[in-house]
Amino acid sequence: MVKVEGLDKLLAEHPFFDGMNEDMRKTLSGCARNERFGPGEFVAHEGDPADRFYFVRAGAIALEFHVPGCNPIVLETLHGGEVFGWSWLVPPYAWTYDIRVLELTRLISLDGACLRKKLNKDHELGFELYSRFVPVMAKRLSSARLQLSDMYGRPCKKGE
Amino acid sequence: MVKSTKPVPDSMTPAPFRVTARRQDLADTFTIELEAADSPRGFAFRPGQFNMLYHFGVGEVPISISGDAGAGKLIHTIRDVGAVTHGLSTLKKGDMVGVRGPFGSAWPVDAAEGSDVVIVAGGIGLAPLRPAIQHVLDNRDRYGRFVILYGARSPKDVLYLPELQSWRGRLDTYVDVTVDHAESGWAGNVGVVTKLIERANFDATHAVAMLCGPEIMMRFTVAELTARGMDRGDIHVSMERNMKCAVGHCGHCQFGPKFVCKDGPVFPYGEIEALLKARGV
Ligand SMILES: Cc1cc2nc3c(=O)[nH]c(=O)nc-3n(C[C@H](O)[C@H](O)[C@H](O)COP(=O)(O)OP(=O)(O)OC[C@H]3O[C@@H](n4cnc5c(N)ncnc54)[C@H](O)[C@@H]3O)c2cc1C
Ligand code: FES
Repeated sequence: MVKVEGLDKLLAEHPFFDGMNEDMRKTLSGCARNERFGPGEFVAHEGDPADRFYFVRAGAIALEFHVPGCNPIVLETLHGGEVFGWSWLVPPYAWTYDIRVLELTRLISLDGACLRKKLNKDHELGFELYSRFVPVMAKRLSSARLQLSDMYGRPCKKGE
Repeated sequence: MVKSTKPVPDSMTPAPFRVTARRQDLADTFTIELEAADSPRGFAFRPGQFNMLYHFGVGEVPISISGDAGAGKLIHTIRDVGAVTHGLSTLKKGDMVGVRGPFGSAWPVDAAEGSDVVIVAGGIGLAPLRPAIQHVLDNRDRYGRFVILYGARSPKDVLYLPELQSWRGRLDTYVDVTVDHAESGWAGNVGVVTKLIERANFDATHAVAMLCGPEIMMRFTVAELTARGMDRGDIHVSMERNMKCAVGHCGHCQFGPKFVCKDGPVFPYGEIEALLKARGV
């Protein structure tokens, strides 16, 4: 079992927390848990209650959509230094895709209910956390749009 | 690979070349190996240059040189997208094709000596970069870290898979591949090629980047590289425009004040940035 001080150290090593004030990070580490998953395991399934938010320390995971009667479609793969799982922020707090582990993966998770409680009390911490979330979400959205554009397909004819 | 940019003596008359081998790489992409029909002389070109390939009775298209097979043999990898490229796709061993070239500017493989080299390719864009990759690998001790990042539509669209695997197997080269979409059997990355840049280890202040792929991919890649601290002058991109003469006479390939056939196809990004952002150029 990793102690809170140990968890704070792990959080400090993750790029998401670069430059974050130590007190804030320590407060967050009170909601943190160190986790490990093996290849083929699922961190979450679509529709499950989204009560945790994850930071990838090492390894690789796939965000997948289950398509009835077909192989699942992989939407994106994530690696060390990345974050996933915003669903705890928005009602109805449920996962919108499956999270499958591709190789031995170490994660730190933050408990959503615990976080919401802390953020309600400490708005400055809330602002700090959201200021870090938003650029990550914006980048993810812009990548998703690029992925959707089928850019390696045929370019349009002039004037199309 | 011989270092000379001079086109064959009469740059407007195609020289007859014989197809000596043909390989189907992907459902819509194939590679042909060519040899001069008259005298199998050496074919001098620099990495990044292109030839005009003439399919008799159909037409002529610009195609980058994607490698040399030694003994003066030329290699072209072609995606079948329309009339001429489809005609070329039907060529068999022994058939003839007209070749004019080589034309255009080259990847800055000499200027990059002493620096880290970052290759970012998308789709068929790996073909024009392959001679540059080969050059760096053949002269590996002259360069710093070597990073090859490649993005394709899906696992079945990954070009030169055996070569990517063998480059990745080297201890002195970092290779990362991603696809836009995949089913769950694919063990590699899924996501846009720009995401691979974050994970690659190179010194952005002492690196030269060479990019080839869809223009939209190159724009996003440049944004990612400059965010990492790279200078626009150290980023080189290969551009595509319709061509006819390939020697700067007809104006078909005009791109603002530049002619892609003569001033390009490889440009330092800083030189064409404004043009790439302008609409309708
Ligand atoms: C300098 C340079 C180097 C090039 N190198 C290569 C190369 O190494 N390999 C290669 O396969 N191609 C390369 N191309 C692109 C190639 O020249 C075109 O695909 C070709 O001219 C299309 O001619 P076509 O008669 O077959 O198709 P067209 O009949 O002219 O076009 C048919 C359809 O294909 C679409 N199309 C046109 N160009 C492209 C394209 N580039 N990609 C996808 N769809 C297209 C058109 O919009 C149209 O819908 C290069 C182009 C340039 C300018
Ligand atoms: S193709 Fe004629 S000027 Fe470039």
